[in-house]
Amino acid sequence: MPNKSLDLHVGEAKPGCAKKDPIMIVDKLTKSFGGLKAVDVDHLEIPRNAITALIGPNGAGKTTLFNLLTGFDTGDTGTWLFNGKKLAGVPAFKVAQLGEVRTFQLTKALSLLTVLENMKLGAKNQKGEKLLPALLPAIWKSQEKQVEEKAIEILKKFKLYEKKDDFAASLSGGQRKLLEMARALMIDPTLVMLDEPMAGVNPALTESLLEHILNLKSSGMTVLFIEHDMHMVRHIADWVVVMAEGKVVAEGEAHSVMKDQAVIDAYLGSHQELDLGEVTGRVNK
Amino acid sequence: MLFLALVSALAVHPAYADSVGDEFKDRISGNVQFEGTPLDGVLIKVSGQGYEAEVVTDAEGKWRVGVPSKGDYQVTLIEDTLPEGIAVLEGGSTQLVTVGPGGRVSKNFFIGEGERITVSLTDQVIARIIYGLNFGLMLALAAIGLSLVFGTTGLSNFAHSEMVTFGAITSLILVNVISMPIWLALPLAVVISGLMGWGLDAGLWTPLRRKGLGLVQLMIVSIGLSLAARYVYQFIIGGGTEQLPGATAPKMQLFGAVVLSWVDIASMAISLVAILIFAYWLIFTKIGKATRAISDNASLAAASGIDVDRVIRIVWILAAALAGLAGILWAYFRPGIKWDMGAQILLLIFAAVTLGGLGTAFGALLGALIVGVLIETSALVIPNDLKYVGALVVLIVILLFRPQGILGKKERIG
Amino acid sequence: MDWGFILSNTAAQLLSPATFAFALAAMGLALHFGFAGLLNFGVAGFMAIGAYGYAISMLTFGLAWWGGLLVGIIGAVLFAIVLGIPTLRLRGDYLAIVTIAAAEIVRLLFLTTAFTEVTGSADGLSGYHASFRESNPFAPGTYGFGPWQYNEIDLWVLTLGLAILIIATLFVWRIVKSPWGRVLKGIREDEDAVRALGKNVFAYKMQALIIGGVIAALGGFVYALPSAVSPGVYVTSLTFFVWTALLLGGAATVFGPILGAVIFWVLQAFLTNVLPELVKAGPLDFLTSQQSSTIRFILVGVGLMLIVIYRPQGIFGDKKELTFVK
Repeated sequence: MPNKSLDLHVGEAKPGCAKKDPIMIVDKLTKSFGGLKAVDVDHLEIPRNAITALIGPNGAGKTTLFNLLTGFDTGDTGTWLFNGKKLAGVPAFKVAQLGEVRTFQLTKALSLLTVLENMKLGAKNQKGEKLLPALLPAIWKSQEKQVEEKAIEILKKFKLYEKKDDFAASLSGGQRKLLEMARALMIDPTLVMLDEPMAGVNPALTESLLEHILNLKSSGMTVLFIEHDMHMVRHIADWVVVMAEGKVVAEGEAHSVMKDQAVIDAYLGSHQELDLGEVTGRVNK
Repeated sequence: MLFLALVSALAVHPAYADSVGDEFKDRISGNVQFEGTPLDGVLIKVSGQGYEAEVVTDAEGKWRVGVPSKGDYQVTLIEDTLPEGIAVLEGGSTQLVTVGPGGRVSKNFFIGEGERITVSLTDQVIARIIYGLNFGLMLALAAIGLSLVFGTTGLSNFAHSEMVTFGAITSLILVNVISMPIWLALPLAVVISGLMGWGLDAGLWTPLRRKGLGLVQLMIVSIGLSLAARYVYQFIIGGGTEQLPGATAPKMQLFGAVVLSWVDIASMAISLVAILIFAYWLIFTKIGKATRAISDNASLAAASGIDVDRVIRIVWILAAALAGLAGILWAYFRPGIKWDMGAQILLLIFAAVTLGGLGTAFGALLGALIVGVLIETSALVIPNDLKYVGALVVLIVILLFRPQGILGKKERIG
Repeated sequence: MDWGFILSNTAAQLLSPATFAFALAAMGLALHFGFAGLLNFGVAGFMAIGAYGYAISMLTFGLAWWGGLLVGIIGAVLFAIVLGIPTLRLRGDYLAIVTIAAAEIVRLLFLTTAFTEVTGSADGLSGYHASFRESNPFAPGTYGFGPWQYNEIDLWVLTLGLAILIIATLFVWRIVKSPWGRVLKGIREDEDAVRALGKNVFAYKMQALIIGGVIAALGGFVYALPSAVSPGVYVTSLTFFVWTALLLGGAATVFGPILGAVIFWVLQAFLTNVLPELVKAGPLDFLTSQQSSTIRFILVGVGLMLIVIYRPQGIFGDKKELTFVK
């Protein structure tokens, strides 16, 4: 049974509540596509060194929120601070360099590269990645060796070492997810954002993936993940944020949020007469 | 050298000089004098048979322009290059000559003191706009097809301009080789073009799509096809220019500075009618609606029961037929049929389609009209041989700032 | 049919400035498309800038030959930057259209009579060889053997051309095998994945565009070196030929472009020599000699289609490398 972090919040557990040690603070963030407001978050704080789950029905705006927070999309309004640094308008690659790393719903393991090359790509501050130094191997050869050692170490932990020289295209879906996660670790991130890490993974690998995510937390990183798999959420999430129709409708520890009737209804639709809009406050009853 | 030989089949534009086009056997020449004194530095323009050249008189007032084939040409003396107070007194500054069997003809202008008959700027602009619309309507026929093919299959078909040439060459063969009367040959050429479109989709594009080729691969295949087609045309008709009967109908002064022949007017009318018929088809018929549905969202269209492959096949037939018709009209507009006549306007067609919105038929029409007018009116302010640059610049600018074009939909990110 | 003559002529093309120029153009394009995934259909524009930059520097500005070379390189860098800043974020086929349009604009500007004094418009430029010939290190005489016999001027041209080709090849090989090359490979397949790893994707693409563009411009320079500059050469068809040579050899390899260019060129030379003979003396006598030369180009078009459909990775390429990612 994982060691859950407790007592992360300040005051009552409600949408937009403050956290004792937030790594990310989001304010008045909105994004519209055409006339549709995809994201409309008034206030949200993500607790440091904890595993936070972001759940909600399809179309709730979870991936859009990810895109906004990591610089892959620009918000219409709002600010968000990562470790106290303003991120609005910062391009995606700079966000990654600052320590906020994400994975994608449709895994982006680079098939044209081998597993090992994928890993080495992730490393930071490589001298050999600059054009002129690249011309002289003497400059970057030793650093390349260090990077390779680090990569092999992580690959062993993820049990992908045997496949290190295979093209990533030859890995199974679940192995590719592991590779994406392993590769993200090469950057030494502080905040790891996983977009549906369990999607398409066969149940045999699920335990392994969960272990790895827990290890991220014990290594001092913060994790924010989007998921639909409630077992996983209940199992490892220290904190749960529920989104619907672009807004945050509930926050709290896993077991209590699950019991929130409106949240259950939003998902399971057992009380069909309850308009989701009433839950989110869009429709005033 | 081999390099030059490799591309020797390509068109070469002539330049200023006192004699130009020396590689041609036939020529037009003249002598510009004022009361016995030769005038040098006077600019003469010759155009016709799809060929344009400019020449400047030498110290003896002489000029000579080689022309690619016999027939009618317009010779224009640019009065602005005459000394002050001197103008063309009779016959106008643009006159017609005919290069007959002898291969040589000379044209002299009656020059004396006098006021220049200048054409007012508004008249010129109006004339240009009308020429632009004429060109634009013809371009639209080609652009609509390209846009629809893109909309339904995602393919940027670089060989589309060769389908334009196909229409022109087919009508040439029907008229000249089979001696078919023109009222039968031209519609038949359009039908044959449509059949070619059917054949291309059935034999090439659908099988390749089924094979799983990506869009970039397909685009490059279309480039190879355009190269091969172009040189097949050159193989068939050589490097020269041929004419369809009626291409050299005399131009009539209509109003202001507008000078058109009855063929030009008929072309515009035919273009308009074809576009209207097509618009009716697109808006009101079942297949037309299905086409628009597929352009909008192919998987949704398929899910609602539309036979996507069949619609695509029909789109290809229509696109090819329209392109073939455009080719015939282009043959009358230039005037002249040449192996690379389609390739000449490929980028303009792309400009029209992109400006209007890739994938929309009405966008292609709008874009083509704008491109046509833009090209013709820009010739008032920039040198004639740069007039296509305007359209190319528009193409680039549109793709940078509004890639969906005027009527297209913005693609959602994420 | 004088096969000796035909084969000798063909063999001579193996070592010719045109072949080296074509190989350089293909190498530049390999960096653009094979390694960075950029659909650059404006190769002819870069080559024109290299050639015209060289000729104009000497005829209008009186520079020495290596000054002209430098001007061509700088011109290519500027063109790449101007082209790249707005267009590098465009989708694949949009980038193709924009680059064709840009190269056409360059050609029309060189062709227009408005700039005749500098560009020679349709007549092009010639007679700029003095400075280059003066710095010829080879003594007058005949060098070589068999079909490869040259005077001292030709030898100087070939030596320089070959030297440039070797330097360019080494340069490309080095950077492609480095971590920089690894990032580029990732970008080619999926920009967003690489962005999420903290790499400045735009900077990498721009660097690839510039370097590849400079190499293609060097191709234009080498071609113009011994002969003349004519705007009729730098047309879109030239870009298509370079693409064919590149895909033939293997787009995502370092030696593929050279091999592809050589095979393409030698084949063209062979056909140029053989086809007229077949018309005169042999089975193709129902064709005119004009038509026999047109057949060559038809074959190029068909060849391009076949390569892309059946062997997109080219001769040297690895099928797993997925030349066409999307």
